[in-house]
Amino acid sequence: MIEVNDLTKKFGSLVAVDKLNFAVQPGEVFGLLGPNGAGKTTTLSILCTILKPTSGTAIINGFDVTKHPSQVRRSIGIVFQEPSIDDRLTGRENLEMHANLYGVPRSEQRKRIEELLRLVELEDRANSLMKTYSGGMRRRLEIARGLIHHPKVLFLDEPTLGLDPQTREHIWSYITQLSNRENITMILTTHYMEEADKLCDRIAIIDYGKIIALDEPGRLKEGLEGDIIFVRTGSVRELSERLSEMEWAKDLKLLEGELKVIVKGGGAIIPRIVEIAARSGIHIDSISIREPTLEDVFLHYTGREMRVAGGEEYHGVAAIKRRSIR
Amino acid sequence: MSEIRGIYTLWLREVKRYIRERTRLISSFFQPLLWLVIFGSGLRFSSIGPSGIDYQKFIFPGIVGQTLLFTSMFMGISVIWDREFGFLKEILVAPISRSSVFVGKMLGGSTDAVIQGSFVFVFSFLVGISMDIEAFLSSLPIMVLITFGLVSIGLIIASFIESLESFGVIQTFVNLPLFFLSGSLFPLDHVPQWLSWVSFVDPLTYGVDALRTVILKGAWTPLFPFLYDLLALVVFDVAMIMVGTVIFGRRR
Repeated sequence: MIEVNDLTKKFGSLVAVDKLNFAVQPGEVFGLLGPNGAGKTTTLSILCTILKPTSGTAIINGFDVTKHPSQVRRSIGIVFQEPSIDDRLTGRENLEMHANLYGVPRSEQRKRIEELLRLVELEDRANSLMKTYSGGMRRRLEIARGLIHHPKVLFLDEPTLGLDPQTREHIWSYITQLSNRENITMILTTHYMEEADKLCDRIAIIDYGKIIALDEPGRLKEGLEGDIIFVRTGSVRELSERLSEMEWAKDLKLLEGELKVIVKGGGAIIPRIVEIAARSGIHIDSISIREPTLEDVFLHYTGREMRVAGGEEYHGVAAIKRRSIR
Repeated sequence: MSEIRGIYTLWLREVKRYIRERTRLISSFFQPLLWLVIFGSGLRFSSIGPSGIDYQKFIFPGIVGQTLLFTSMFMGISVIWDREFGFLKEILVAPISRSSVFVGKMLGGSTDAVIQGSFVFVFSFLVGISMDIEAFLSSLPIMVLITFGLVSIGLIIASFIESLESFGVIQTFVNLPLFFLSGSLFPLDHVPQWLSWVSFVDPLTYGVDALRTVILKGAWTPLFPFLYDLLALVVFDVAMIMVGTVIFGRRR
């Protein structure tokens, strides 16, 4: 459904997107995961024909984004990261406007709008001005809007950015429902690990404009081959020296007052760690074990923590607006 | 066909937004009133105005022109507004050409400005002009011609401006010069040569002259023949619309 070949976008000397290659199958939910500024939104903007690529190609639904932007636009629906609805119109008017812009047959327009309003549970608010909507309601309306013209591909740019946890769950369930019911292909960008893990069939981890890993979330995590054990102790350095002599403890990291070990078959390893510590007279305060998350995958490939907290920064009026719609 | 539907959609949006903005509708009544009643009375009784015609009557078509000018330019703000609030993206990814986006916005802005300009006619009785339906109806197409080009300028300038704050420069560098040079407030036949030449470059000069011809009828001696006025406006409109469609058509 989507084919991206050596896609590159430069802004002056800054390479925002660096030779991306990936393909998305019909019906798939594909995630672009990466920290703020990794090039996710730029990639999406090129796929949506807002920006022109510097080099490389992208084919969506059989149409090239540079050669046939109009056909591409007809094939896609987009839910932007920043709000993109008209405040002074009602929810229904926003949907009607979209249907008109995309040339939805007039005979079907009404039916589709009613259907979608029901899907996102906004029927009773459809005739209120958008100004009166909460952040979550706006997002839901934007999702509905992106679907009116029955797109083959739906793009979701940070669909839950700036929303409270409850609303986030709500939006997630809409996305899952949609993917199951309509078999629509979706590409979503996010810097929330949990979101990518929960929604996506496959994930491309992006950093500095490059794909550094691409697979199913489960396999990305399996790729780390093991569990993560945290050992809290007063003598981190000493313990790490002892452990590093062991064949099974190749992946060691010293944290503050804590030692992080990635191992295979973690449950069986814990007693051995305790044993080694006891033999060297090292006192262990606590040991915990957990399965790897996408955060660990990111850390593994980049050597950096992905900043989980904090959203994008907005400027000017948009910032004020953003704050006020939460 | 879908382009025309797109243009209609964008036009409808601009008009709906305008009509819902009550404060702007109210202020649109008030400003011309200040010019006509206070400024007009003041100068009329200082006996500076043009000879042979009451000053308040003289500036009435000028104030209509001024209202059209200021409102039209202000329409450019909708582009900045849309960009700030993200709505512009929704329009830009829609499968209609950017030139159609421009035309839709231009027609919407013109409609709003003409509605606003028409409000001024309500005050014609205050300055003793007896407006008949015919004079009003013949003013309408002139007002439309005036606003097409002016709204285009507003949209073009706005497409180069990053923030709402800097849009204020339009007031200083475009609105006031065009307004003062148009001969809205003083007759152009007694001004120094250089000033009248600059005035003849101002499209609003022709618009106001045409409005005076229609509204003041025999009491006004036209600067140019009526058809020349219209021709000048049409040339101005076509040029501005062409520039606008090209500028909106660019893609990074």
